[in-house]
Amino acid sequence: MMEERVEIRLSGSGGQGLILAGIILAEAAILDGKNAVQSQSYGPEARGGASRAEVVISNDEIDYPKVTKPQVILALTNEALNKFKDNLAPDGIIIIDSSVKKADTPYKIVQLPIIETARDRIGRSMVANIVAVGVITALTKVVSREAVERAILKRVPKGTEELNKKALYAGYELVNQLT
Amino acid sequence: MTMTSKPRLMQGNEACVEGAIAAGMRFYAGYPITPSTEIAEIAAERLPKVGGKFIQMEDEIASMGAVIGASLAGLKAMTATSGPGFSLKQENIGFACLTEVPCVVVDVQRGGPSTGQPTLPAQGDVMQARWGTHGDHPIITLSPSYVREVFDMTIRAFNLSEKYRVPCILLMDEVVGHLRERVELPDPASIKIINRKRPDLSKIEYYNPYQDYDGDGIPPMVNFGEGVPYHVTGLIHDITGFPSTKPEVTEYLISRLMRKINDNLDEIIDYEKFYTEDSETVVVSFGSTARSVIRAVKILRREGQKVGMLRLKTIWPFPHKAIQELPPTTKNIIVAEMNFGQLIEVVGASAKGRFNVIGLNKYNGELISPDEVIAKVREVNKNA
Repeated sequence: MMEERVEIRLSGSGGQGLILAGIILAEAAILDGKNAVQSQSYGPEARGGASRAEVVISNDEIDYPKVTKPQVILALTNEALNKFKDNLAPDGIIIIDSSVKKADTPYKIVQLPIIETARDRIGRSMVANIVAVGVITALTKVVSREAVERAILKRVPKGTEELNKKALYAGYELVNQLT
Repeated sequence: MTMTSKPRLMQGNEACVEGAIAAGMRFYAGYPITPSTEIAEIAAERLPKVGGKFIQMEDEIASMGAVIGASLAGLKAMTATSGPGFSLKQENIGFACLTEVPCVVVDVQRGGPSTGQPTLPAQGDVMQARWGTHGDHPIITLSPSYVREVFDMTIRAFNLSEKYRVPCILLMDEVVGHLRERVELPDPASIKIINRKRPDLSKIEYYNPYQDYDGDGIPPMVNFGEGVPYHVTGLIHDITGFPSTKPEVTEYLISRLMRKINDNLDEIIDYEKFYTEDSETVVVSFGSTARSVIRAVKILRREGQKVGMLRLKTIWPFPHKAIQELPPTTKNIIVAEMNFGQLIEVVGASAKGRFNVIGLNKYNGELISPDEVIAKVREVNKNA
């Protein structure tokens, strides 16, 4: 039997904080007592250009560290959705921002105003990545809420803890409103 | 090593700095370059806190020079770079080989040649690690596959470098350098540290810096500035350290430099065998590529395929014995590497026609995937 392995791909453009979001999810998985690796892929640009972070979570040893058939995809840009929408695990879900145009895919798409919530409700579009972490946590339960909160407090810059917690809770709320 | 630290998420490049500091590194000079930049960044933050020095130099050539100077003066020193910078460091790496100055050079490989692909992985510097600098010279090259292994191997790189007075290359790649992974670090007290051999000056009337006092090919080293003056030159030199063109002096020096490595292969060479006992096909790999191979072998073994892996942790000196001692069942060797085919040349020389040696090469900026390894093994087994 194959080990239980959860793969997450966070995709968008450089500067959206996807790598930090990946680090937080991996850190949370470790706090939950699991094994986790986080990798990244980006172009030579400092801002803009395609960027993605990948997280693999498992109860077992993780040999191959990259994502091939993710159970969860976050796409914050049209380009990201179109690139990755056709390659998921059979029961995979795609979470897209409301600014992203829906596309044909055999997988379930959940569309939420992630960037808008960060910008208008929290007041800082910068924390869209943490709103997204909240959405992923609430929707998929790949990591526990306690662990993700601790991971955020460990990894975000000093002085921004409250702002980021608010962003996380706003992400949870977006999912609550779905039902 | 006993584990004491709590599990934490650590990046490969960060583990390199932590390993270096645990090994006793107290000097770093470098010129940041993707995908090795975090090594410089973290070293700059960590070194002053342990009483060490960090210098960002004007370029890679100067960085390598500063590392050699610091090591001669007694500090354990390291620099880190990627392909383009590794090219620039080669001249001074040769100087360190000939003058026998311990130092660690980290190359986090990216796509090449030239500026190539800064953010993408490759394993194209395998041959450069061996022959990047000119002339016959000794060198040790280690290649880690896991973040925890980066920590352990950086320590080992310092230990081997100090013990044999030879530059040691830590050949990483973008995947393992940038990967963040769950690690538990060992108790610092349990880490074995080797320091360079020093002469007993009370028993020596006049210290010759390149005299083989102990007969093991490794001259004991006095740190510069400790009151024993000596001469260090990149010219071929005799035991006094001064230049010589005499054939016997030349031959003696070059053979002694090579002997330091060749007499100690069993200690320097390290590898991991995975399911090789009854394998018909063995996949030889190293660095991050080996992780794809491990996954592929696990999957193929479940299907009953007789396949195994030989993961090279030491690349140079090349582990010829590990190839030659593969079991009699082995017919095929697949060499999986993220380049156009470099290590395969050496594996082929080692196989001496006993095995079919087949390359699995990828040079498009992406890690070889387990599926690609599986497909190659199936193809080879079908044709066998």
